Amino acid sequence: MSTDYQYVPEPKLVKGDHTFGSITDIIAKTPLSPTPKLWYLAFGVANVLLITLLGAIGYLVWDGTGIWGLNNPAGWGWAIINFVWWVGIGHAGTLISAILFLFRQGWRTAINRFAEAMTIFAVMCAGIFPAIHVGRIWVIYWVFPVPNQMAAWPNFSSPLLWDVFAVSTYFTVSLLFWYVGLIPDFATLRDKAKSKVAKISYGIAALGWTGSFKNWWHYEKAYMILAGLATPLVLSVHTIVSFDFAVSVIPGWHSTIFPPYFVAGAIYSGFAMVLTLMLIARKIYGLQDIMNIDIMEKMNLVMMVTGNLVAFAYLMEGFVAWYSGYIYEQGIFWLYVVGPYAWGFWILMFCNVITPQFLWFKKIRRNVAFTFVISIIVNIGMWFERFMISVASLATDFMPSAWDYYSPTLWDILTYVGTFGLFFTFFLLFLRFLPMVAIAEVKGVMPQADPHNYDEETKEFDISKTEPVVVQQEQTV
Amino acid sequence: MEAENKDVYGVLAEFRNPKELVDAAESVKKSGYKDFDTYAPFPIHGMEKAMGIKESPLGWIVLGGALTGMIGALALMIWVMGYEYPMNISGKPFINIPIYIPITFELTVLLSAFAAVFGMIGLNKLPRFHNPLFNVDRFDKASDDGFFVCIEATDSLFAEEKVTKLLQDNGATHIETVYDSE
Repeated sequence: MSTDYQYVPEPKLVKGDHTFGSITDIIAKTPLSPTPKLWYLAFGVANVLLITLLGAIGYLVWDGTGIWGLNNPAGWGWAIINFVWWVGIGHAGTLISAILFLFRQGWRTAINRFAEAMTIFAVMCAGIFPAIHVGRIWVIYWVFPVPNQMAAWPNFSSPLLWDVFAVSTYFTVSLLFWYVGLIPDFATLRDKAKSKVAKISYGIAALGWTGSFKNWWHYEKAYMILAGLATPLVLSVHTIVSFDFAVSVIPGWHSTIFPPYFVAGAIYSGFAMVLTLMLIARKIYGLQDIMNIDIMEKMNLVMMVTGNLVAFAYLMEGFVAWYSGYIYEQGIFWLYVVGPYAWGFWILMFCNVITPQFLWFKKIRRNVAFTFVISIIVNIGMWFERFMISVASLATDFMPSAWDYYSPTLWDILTYVGTFGLFFTFFLLFLRFLPMVAIAEVKGVMPQADPHNYDEETKEFDISKTEPVVVQQEQTV
Repeated sequence: MEAENKDVYGVLAEFRNPKELVDAAESVKKSGYKDFDTYAPFPIHGMEKAMGIKESPLGWIVLGGALTGMIGALALMIWVMGYEYPMNISGKPFINIPIYIPITFELTVLLSAFAAVFGMIGLNKLPRFHNPLFNVDRFDKASDDGFFVCIEATDSLFAEEKVTKLLQDNGATHIETVYDSE
């Protein structure tokens, strides 16, 4: 007899020796304990940036989009770049909470709450840009299908209107999904809280959740349906965002590869942002057992796959330009490489094509410092990708006589930097007052949670039942 | 205890772990009780069988939401673009279904999500802030690491002593009678 093959047990999702109670304690501790000084400092900085954003928007509303660096061929500048970038960042959250849920990936429970919060705040930042870029923001309600004083209706065949529906649906569904996930954890905080204010506020948010199985039964169904709805939604949103470009006829935009390529890029940058934030938070809040290295490695693998998809898309852009025989497409691609924005192109190539290649190495995937640096480079790279698509294509279109070089003004920069203030203000409030890990879900994936892992007689937890059985095969003589 | 003149809501029993809870639920069901529920900090696999719970009707509610969203979106766009406010865009037809797909899809998803969330809250009869179970101090553990069974007084077979005995036999660590008001 010899063993032909055997199963290697999966590494435990939660490291260390945790019980249900210790999971609650480690996560519920942060929202229920006094505010640390460092938090006030970070919140102050975020607030300063938020005020900058409000000031930049205020001046824009006062003076018009002329304060931005827009010129005649490049009628869309940083506003669309930042919009696409922020929406893309948001996508990792939905991907983690919905797609990985449908694929039964237990490791998502450690980061899904965190990533979903990031999604919601990133989409808020994104939503600002299309709203303010219209110039006359006080009539922004014209994009909604409500009859206005001119009896005019929006044009439903415009990709920009599709964006309105896509992004607002995305935001609403993400918020609902997030809140549904939070209900049982609000109940935990309500039961753990000592102060009256906390008890009442978490109690109201928990809607009187008891943990009754009859409730869990509908709850799980609702959660699965929401995951099933959010999965095509997340793909559709960035597909529709890519239609803003792909449905037009500008060379460099009019390309069928855009929808999948935008989605891959969104997931790529989104995972990078989750990693950036997660690696800081796990250190500060001592969540290394839950947001552990195995999870970081899995996220790095997703980044490697999507990063290479994006790199492949760049290659295809060049190939299609050549193969199509369409001189304007060839011209714009050549201008990417050696034209006025070549510096952007090469930054992009460095960040998005070379960086993911480091992730082939297991040592780097499991190294916190390397991952942190890579995640930041990826975010920069994806910003430059949107820059190249928007600005380089528009500024150098069909007619060389119309070309003009685009550069941002101080107000472009302040508005972009200001959105970080909005993002971090909300994110810090989230870290302070809400459970940053889905408590109920983490407990649900622990081996103790499954009645099959218990001994039939003594009804005690039996670790040996969680180990996969070694399969032995007898050799036939 | 001066509980003489208070209404009994049910009998609550605590168990040590998910396995004991599932077994207890199974035995309660076998004894013929219908109005009972189990409480745990996370959903336990196999509990629906142990308690004999039927499939959730939420899927049908969501289907209703989806159809409303889809038909509503198409009707709105066909009416606006075709009749109310026709616009000639690059000479394309006024009623141009492929162009309506993105918005139709988004509104279908939006209304389905609303149906899923509010349907779930409605089916669970939430919000309910004055649940008699909250009168029990130990019940705080149900959202932390406690596993409870509650047999409700509304059940036709309910008799306090008999129920207590049944739960004891299943290895409950704590048994307490729950009253409607404090």
